This record gives sequence, C-alpha cells and structure tokens, in this order.
Amino acid sequence: MGVGLATPYLTLAAILFCIGLYGALAKKSAIIVLLSIELMLNAVNLNLVAFSKLGVQPNLTGQIFSLFNITIAAAEVAVGIAILITLYRIKGTTDVNEMDSLKR
Amino acid sequence: MFGNIVSFLSSGENIAFFIFALMAIGGAIFMISFNKVVHMVLALALTFISMAGLYVVLNAEFVAFVQILIYAGAISILMIFGIMMTKHQGEEEEPKRPVHNVLLFIGAAAMFGVLFYCIQNSTLPAGEFKAAEDNTLEIGKLLFSAHVIPFELMSVLLTVAFIGAIVIAKREED
Repeated sequence: MGVGLATPYLTLAAILFCIGLYGALAKKSAIIVLLSIELMLNAVNLNLVAFSKLGVQPNLTGQIFSLFNITIAAAEVAVGIAILITLYRIKGTTDVNEMDSLKR
Repeated sequence: MFGNIVSFLSSGENIAFFIFALMAIGGAIFMISFNKVVHMVLALALTFISMAGLYVVLNAEFVAFVQILIYAGAISILMIFGIMMTKHQGEEEEPKRPVHNVLLFIGAAAMFGVLFYCIQNSTLPAGEFKAAEDNTLEIGKLLFSAHVIPFELMSVLLTVAFIGAIVIAKREED
C-alpha cells in the first residue's frame, strides 16, 4: 500500500486533473473550457515537479520539462483566445454548444 | 488511518503542502461551481498561485516564479481580455443537458477512482535528493547545455504561435 513520499502530490494532481476534465467537458463558455485545459496541464506539471524531487532519480530534468510544458500551454492559450475572438466575430456567441458548423 | 494523518501533519513541510493543496482544490471546485465567468477566472488564479506555493515546497523556486508570472499573471489576464472582448450574458443559465452532466460526473469520478487506486497500490521509491544550491543557475546551465535544441525549438514555436494568433484574430478590412 502506498508507500512513497510522492503519493500525496500524485493524488492532488489526480484530483485537479479530474476537476479539469469535468470542467472542460461540462462547461458551456469556451473561455472556461480553455481554463479547464490549463488546469489539466497544471496537474501534469505538478507531477513532473514532484518526481523531480521525490522520484527514483531526483534531478532537475523534471523541472525543465515542466518549463517546456508551461511554454506550450501559453502558446496554446494564445491561439485559443485568437480563435475564440474570431469565432465570436463571425457567429456572435462563445457557447461551445453552438460551435457545430462541421456537424451540419 | 487517522494516525497516519496525524503523523503526516507533524512536519512543517507537510502542513504547507496541506494548506496549499486545500487552496488548490478549493479554487478548482469554486471554478466549477461559480456562475459568473470572471469569478471562475479569479478562482482558478487562486489555484495557480497555490500551485506555485507547492512548487516552492518541492524546492523548485524557479518554476514557482515562472508559474506566478505566466499563469497567475499572463494567462489570467489574457482570459479576462477574452471575456471583455466577447459578450457574456453575465451568468450561465441552467444546464440544458442534465443526463450529459451526470454521465460526465460519473466518468470523471471513475477516472479519479482508477488513478487513485493505481497511485495507492504502486510503490514509489524516493531517491537521494540534494537541493541544488542555486536552483535557477542549475536550470540555466542545463537549459543551455543538455536541452538547448528543445529550447530553441520552443522559441520558434512561440514565435509561430503568436504570429498565428495575430493573423487569426486580425480584423479583415473589406
């Protein structure tokens, strides 16, 4: 049973990831969907940093990997907001339920 | 069970972990349950800041400050700009898909159950950790020696992404 110092961190990351998953799939506002995806990425970062201290071979590579992850997240959110603004200009809504042009 | 918790809370590091974890989960839950979009963004900013606190507990000071700069600063502000530029009807009305939401909740809870079971049943041996004297210095050395190619790729990716964002969001004059 759960030995290891990293267990609380992994559990917290799992909780945050599942909350983010629920938010990304249940919320209607596209901005909140983007934020929930950020929350999921953050949970992954927490795992990386936790293993960089409490893993089998602690070293700084985990932290560097999480820095790369943060960069990717920033790029993703910038493009996401840009798409959102364009879509709002075209359709006049940010409701993800109405973004179904490809389904018709 | 409770003896475990008491012994867990006996060291200062674990108390800090507990407080920050509580703040992180609280912010995330508030993000789910609030009605107004701006309140949701602010609740998630609380989560991001407490994650930075967790990184400090984990001896990752540089990542912690990057987290505050990028997430609590830039991404929250970008989201608030997004809210400003699009019109929201103040609050989200009642969800029209109760079945969808219930199934989703069950799915998310089941996924957490699976993850929790795996985490509890795996042995995670901890290696010898010695904190770097200057965390930022060591990260800088590693970034510019061992990881220099991913680093440069990342700068190219950022440039491409931001130019793409500007091109997408630009108003077309016609």
